[in-house]
Amino acid sequence: MTQLQSPAEPGTASAAPSRDRPAEARSLLATAWLRIRRSKIALLSLCVVVAIMLFAILAPVLSAMSGNDPFTSNTSPEVLDDFETPGLPLPGYMYPSASHWLGVEPGLGRDLFARLAFGGQVSLTIALLSTAVSVVLGTVLGAAAGYFGGKTDAVISRLMDLFLAFPHLLLVLSLTPILQSRLRDTPLGQGSFLPMASLVIILGFFGWAYLARIVRGQVLSLREREFVEAARSFGSSHLSILFRQIIPNVMGVVLVYATMLIPTNISAEAALSFLGVGVKDPTPSWGQMLNAAQAGNWYLSDPWFLAVPGAMLIVTVLAFNLLGDAVRDALDPKASRH
Amino acid sequence: MIRFILRRTGSLFLLLVAVSFITFTLFQFGPADPASAACGQECTPERVQEARVALGMDQPFLVQYVEYMRGLFSSRMIGAPGAESLCQWPCLGKSFQTNENVSDIIARSLPYTFSMAIGALVLWTLSGVGLGLLAALRKGSATDKFIVGAASVGVSLPIPVTGLFLLLVFVNQFHLLPFTTNEINSPFGPQGPLAWVLNYLLPWIALAVLFSASYIRVTRTNMIETFGEDFIRTARAKGLAPRTVTFKHGVRAGITPVVTMLGMDIGLLLGGAVLTEQIFSVPGLGFTAVRAAVSGDLPVTMAITMLAAFFVIVANVVVDLAYAAIDPRVRLQ
Repeated sequence: MTQLQSPAEPGTASAAPSRDRPAEARSLLATAWLRIRRSKIALLSLCVVVAIMLFAILAPVLSAMSGNDPFTSNTSPEVLDDFETPGLPLPGYMYPSASHWLGVEPGLGRDLFARLAFGGQVSLTIALLSTAVSVVLGTVLGAAAGYFGGKTDAVISRLMDLFLAFPHLLLVLSLTPILQSRLRDTPLGQGSFLPMASLVIILGFFGWAYLARIVRGQVLSLREREFVEAARSFGSSHLSILFRQIIPNVMGVVLVYATMLIPTNISAEAALSFLGVGVKDPTPSWGQMLNAAQAGNWYLSDPWFLAVPGAMLIVTVLAFNLLGDAVRDALDPKASRH
Repeated sequence: MIRFILRRTGSLFLLLVAVSFITFTLFQFGPADPASAACGQECTPERVQEARVALGMDQPFLVQYVEYMRGLFSSRMIGAPGAESLCQWPCLGKSFQTNENVSDIIARSLPYTFSMAIGALVLWTLSGVGLGLLAALRKGSATDKFIVGAASVGVSLPIPVTGLFLLLVFVNQFHLLPFTTNEINSPFGPQGPLAWVLNYLLPWIALAVLFSASYIRVTRTNMIETFGEDFIRTARAKGLAPRTVTFKHGVRAGITPVVTMLGMDIGLLLGGAVLTEQIFSVPGLGFTAVRAAVSGDLPVTMAITMLAAFFVIVANVVVDLAYAAIDPRVRLQ
């Protein structure tokens, strides 16, 4: 991260010199960390985010420890009721127990804990990758619009307006099946890869406009700064100035909006899979698990099936949102709440 | 002012054309093969070819687009030569599934979406602005911290979870409210306004929980800023009643960003609350769009997406014009 050290961090070191040690240039992440460390809520949400990431990464280990996997179904009459409410797990299998840490799923009797962990892997992968796509697109396009100005700016800015005009969920919802029909015969469209690839592409492609607008605004003022002029007078090419002088200086804002985009994308994945156009059974994701809880009204038979993926989703989105607020307060004081 | 209106309306028109063109491109060129989606399950190569001709897909792309847009202004004939049928104005094509005019499907869905939008809007504006104002007036107090905390949580509650939870508690467990029925879509129907409110109360709450959070934040930030300004101090110094200072001087000046948000959210919501309508089985635009998207009914999803984007754009322009009417400085730039 050393390249991110910069002589002119907009609004970080200069705007809040009083409480931190002043003047000394500090890397972006170090600045953020210093601020986050001071707020209990920020620190707690960071811990929760790390814990959830670990939970997802360690899904194979954890489910092996519990002795289950997310795909094996068990519909034997010892596990699932086939009398009063056919398919509902019997008392010993409904709630947490030693053999099934969160009980089993209604209908197919698959282990809920394993599905939650592997589902987290799927949900978080989609959210992080699509955020990465949006961030790269938004940063490069926004910086190019601000730096080059003129026709480039006009074209990119109109494009941003257009992208922002579409109701996000509706567009993503209707285009996902279309993209899937395209991807089906490509290497990306194989098996459980298809929904993941399509969601990453769609969410990434339709999420860059807002970030680009912010980056453009920042670059407009950056390009008039002395260090850019200096680089120009040394004969640096436009591309070199853009990528080595301009973009490192907007990384603060980019980091802020990236952190805020992650929970948006987690919710979007959950929404799409819940609606039946995203991740589909047997691949688990938190949205798919919500879908499974609603299908056949299982959540009305027992709220547990809604509570498991629902609580996970709320905690994750909340932790990321709070962390995003903290990162914003740390790196972009102008936009902070009072 | 007239020049400003003309300029904004002109750019509105251009933006609408651009949005419709992009939507058309995405939905016509996006799918691997729209024709086979149109002809459904049992498809022979000949029938796909027939469907291509019937959809006009043998024509050049621009001709297809112009032909489609012409339907907005007059009735037109669609279908294969020899087997054409009249598509009444406003023509947005016909559903692959039911062969019904898409505009009829949309017209049928709109009252439900309006019902959803109006109530949710009133609920979240009142709660969002009210709580935001309260937090700003008691800045730093426990009340303030509680409201800000609640807003952070509220914005993180995914609609599927809140919606299903509300259904579970209020309808399934305690039978306090009826399950939403398709028979009520206006407060002026035979069942009366009370039945309308009860029918839509849960979806309104589900939407309001999510939306009011950002209204609380914006109202609070702006009101705190406004209360710190000189003219408020002057008003206080004049000896005006605190109530007058807060509402007549403060709220009036600090509320404008909320008006902007409101305009844009109205536009957004008129395009259909996809998740909420789905959860509560309200057959509005969002519900219809989900069904069409899942079954590959391209003309319906395309028309709803286009309409929803139109709502957003028009709402934006209306907000701009309202602003210009209130604040002359806006017109100059």
